[in-house]
Amino acid sequence: MDVVVSQIFTGLSTGSIMLLAATGLVLTFGQMGVINMAHGEFIMAGSYTAYVVQQATASAGASLLISLVLGFLVGGAMGVIIEITLLRHLYHRPLDTLLVTFGVGLVLQQVARDVFGAPAVNVRTPSWLSGSVEVLGAVVPRTRLFILVLALVCLAALAAALQYTALGRRTRAVMQSRDLAESSGISSRRVDLTTFFIGSGLAGVAGVALTLIGSTSSTVGQSYLINAFLVVVAGGLGQLRGALIAAFVLGLLQSFLEYSTTASVAQVLVFVVIVVFLQFRPQGLFSLKTRSLV
Amino acid sequence: MSTTTPAAPARRWPAVPGPLRTGAGFALAAVVLFAVAPAVLSDFRLGLLGKFLCFAIVAAGIGLAWGRGGMLTLGQGLFFGMGAYVMAMHLKLADAQVRGDAVPDFMSIAGVRDVPGWWQPFASPVVTLLVVLLAPGAVAVLLGLMVFKRRVKGAYFAILSQALAAALATWVVGQQMLGGSNGLNRFRTFFGFDLSDPANRRLLFFIAAGTLLVVVAVVRQLMRSRYGELLVAVRDQEERVRFLGYDPANVKVVAYTVAATFAGIAGALFVPLVGIISPSDVGIVPSISFLIGVAIGGRDTLLGPVLGAIGIAWAESSLSESFPSAWVYAQGALFIVVVGFLPGGLASLGGVLRRRGRPAERVPHEEPDEPASVRTTEPEKEPVA
Amino acid sequence: MSTHTPSTRTERDPLFGGNAGMGSEYLEVRGLSVTFDGFKAVQDVDLTLLQGDLRFLIGPNGAGKTTVIDAITGLVPATGKVNKSGTQLLGRKTHQIARSGVGRTFQTASVFEELTVLQNLDIAAGAGRSPWTMLRRRPGVEPRIAEVLDTIGLASLAEVRAGILAHGQKQWLEIGMLLVGNADVLLLDEPVAGMSKEEREQTGQLLRRIGAERTVVVVEHDMDFMRQFATSVTVLARGRVIAEGSVAEVQADPRVQEVYLGTTAAAEYTAEIGGA
Repeated sequence: MDVVVSQIFTGLSTGSIMLLAATGLVLTFGQMGVINMAHGEFIMAGSYTAYVVQQATASAGASLLISLVLGFLVGGAMGVIIEITLLRHLYHRPLDTLLVTFGVGLVLQQVARDVFGAPAVNVRTPSWLSGSVEVLGAVVPRTRLFILVLALVCLAALAAALQYTALGRRTRAVMQSRDLAESSGISSRRVDLTTFFIGSGLAGVAGVALTLIGSTSSTVGQSYLINAFLVVVAGGLGQLRGALIAAFVLGLLQSFLEYSTTASVAQVLVFVVIVVFLQFRPQGLFSLKTRSLV
Repeated sequence: MSTTTPAAPARRWPAVPGPLRTGAGFALAAVVLFAVAPAVLSDFRLGLLGKFLCFAIVAAGIGLAWGRGGMLTLGQGLFFGMGAYVMAMHLKLADAQVRGDAVPDFMSIAGVRDVPGWWQPFASPVVTLLVVLLAPGAVAVLLGLMVFKRRVKGAYFAILSQALAAALATWVVGQQMLGGSNGLNRFRTFFGFDLSDPANRRLLFFIAAGTLLVVVAVVRQLMRSRYGELLVAVRDQEERVRFLGYDPANVKVVAYTVAATFAGIAGALFVPLVGIISPSDVGIVPSISFLIGVAIGGRDTLLGPVLGAIGIAWAESSLSESFPSAWVYAQGALFIVVVGFLPGGLASLGGVLRRRGRPAERVPHEEPDEPASVRTTEPEKEPVA
Repeated sequence: MSTHTPSTRTERDPLFGGNAGMGSEYLEVRGLSVTFDGFKAVQDVDLTLLQGDLRFLIGPNGAGKTTVIDAITGLVPATGKVNKSGTQLLGRKTHQIARSGVGRTFQTASVFEELTVLQNLDIAAGAGRSPWTMLRRRPGVEPRIAEVLDTIGLASLAEVRAGILAHGQKQWLEIGMLLVGNADVLLLDEPVAGMSKEEREQTGQLLRRIGAERTVVVVEHDMDFMRQFATSVTVLARGRVIAEGSVAEVQADPRVQEVYLGTTAAAEYTAEIGGA
């Protein structure tokens, strides 16, 4: 019983990390069709932001909160720069955005190695997040719980923003019909930029959160990227609720498979499950045909 | 066929050279690879070139699947790795046999007494060669049918194929019997030939060179055939092809399978030439790196991918020896500039420059004799080529 | 039979009700319905098309004309029955339906722009080729392709890249692609949209030439074109067939006048489609 509960929490935690990494992609990949391989490097930038902020801040707690905000801005700014300089020209060639942004990712990784050095760095965990709590007999680290909450908060905030703000309505309008939205006076350029800012900013937030559970190196983002993309693919393009379900299902699956096999076999089996799943639902869990975006 | 008609705009189809130029090209390539290279390059450099030729074999397949078929094959590391590890297992077993050991060296260090059951078939050279030649293709057929029949394409396909390469790399890292993250290395013999003998290493290079020539000939035939025309049609208008009575999935599976088979063969040649195969040779990064040479050379041409791959590999090995970090920047920059702004690769550079030179050029509307029943009107838009 | 029999009619022209005496090919649609997320785009449509008929499918925007074609060709899932000379089509895959001789074009011309006219036609002619044939080069121009090149008037442009053809030429090429593929049911979606007057005229003549031995269905908004070339007309509105018959019969039908412009404006409209 304890084992099951503890595996469930491990799964939810793995799922929440995937979700956090994938939420930004729901916007940039799912809605804009840009396969941004540099998304992983935006995550990395968030992690290094947390590292830099902590060098300058006495309290680990204050540093975490500042980093979450700064990480969002840093990730967002990087996203906007890349959107303006490169992606803008490539919207009609989605597959090529993948390779171009992979190049961007390579460069950013090397920048990180040149600036911060090749060895991984660590960020101290605030005291109120160290230690663990017992839930239903399972020992759960507070940091993992924090990430779970943060992932859900980010997702909910994004869903609410899309649903209730004027910007969100404009975004949805552009995603559904670019031409129609433009002819009704919506500047699709501004919407594109904002969407990209938010999507990339969320990657930055994910990066900050990841410093709580692991050390930071230049390849930290890359290791999460494939899973994040698979979450979006399995959930259905542009579907926040799809990403939510997919992330937790995959997280739980991986956790239980890991328990009965090994970590690497579990990862392989998860890939296989996704490929098989796409046999039955090539459009993912929720397809765009339902005419709703969130 | 296209060269005879002035009306056909310059590029596209001449991307596959005609028979005369091809014959000359093959002769030239053979002279360079079999006579010039061994004469002017040191044994070490020749070995390096052999490694580049392996990448070129992978690239030729990617050119077909991606350039002509529109399938962004991000996971060729999967097939490359299959070929490579199968060959590596055979070589390790053969080495152990030569020394009279029960198990390969790295296993005995780890305290393993018996060769695992799933290793045993690869003790046979015939089985090994058959698996190298057939297994990657078989996996590609299976995957391709699953994916393409369900009309999973574009970005979905790219991400899935990438995930599979990642899966292989992850799995191998966890397999101590495949050397884990260190991989398999230190091979002494190749089908009975001593690998420390320069003459044998040269022979290995000739095998790689010969394989590359065969691969290029196969790709050329495929590109020029009716199948090649159909493949381009599927790339550009998949749904339309369906309404003409073809199942586009089958068309794509063929190109995907050919590309996978080439990657597997390249992997198998890579192992004795380079002397090591590890997860870092088969994961996401090497899989995407296979593409850069293809993109630079011109993804939908016959020779572009091959020459691009050799050029990039050469640049990498000479630059990264002295400036490792500069090479990464250069590689990133190449992806950005070439894919972003020169999608036709260097092969299209001539055309781009020519157009720059004559800015006002409209494609001449060749209007041969007016068709009897149809009045020709001005073309409505500028052609792309 | 029709009051609008053009003076140029020959024995080989399509005619109302089809030329059943010459061939027995037919396409029979019964109770065809298509639903999108609860919205009934096509409801209980019945169509009987005989070889030699040049049927026009007209109706206001959103009437379901293109959806009917999509359903017959397997692009959208549908219920009901579609029977082509004894073969059931519904439920089969798109490419299988195409192989059974049902060809279609699209509102936006969709030829393979990177390939030449000849290559386009060769691909269209080759769905039944053996793998061995596919892996070899095209040896020359097959006679049936040469014949179609003449029929569609593109013989001298055979080696031109299809991407640089004029709009009308692309549509002709598309029709030619159906002809070389031996389609005997041709479903054409707005073939003359965006064409000049002369091009329309030529397209109409082309449809006449090919229509005698085949079943041709044309979705059209251009009423002049319809009046000039249709042998029979089916009118769709809100997913249902509301009238069917010769051009004159359909024009005289009050229900048709109503769906087109409402009762008050119907008279004007009738004048427009019936005028000249």
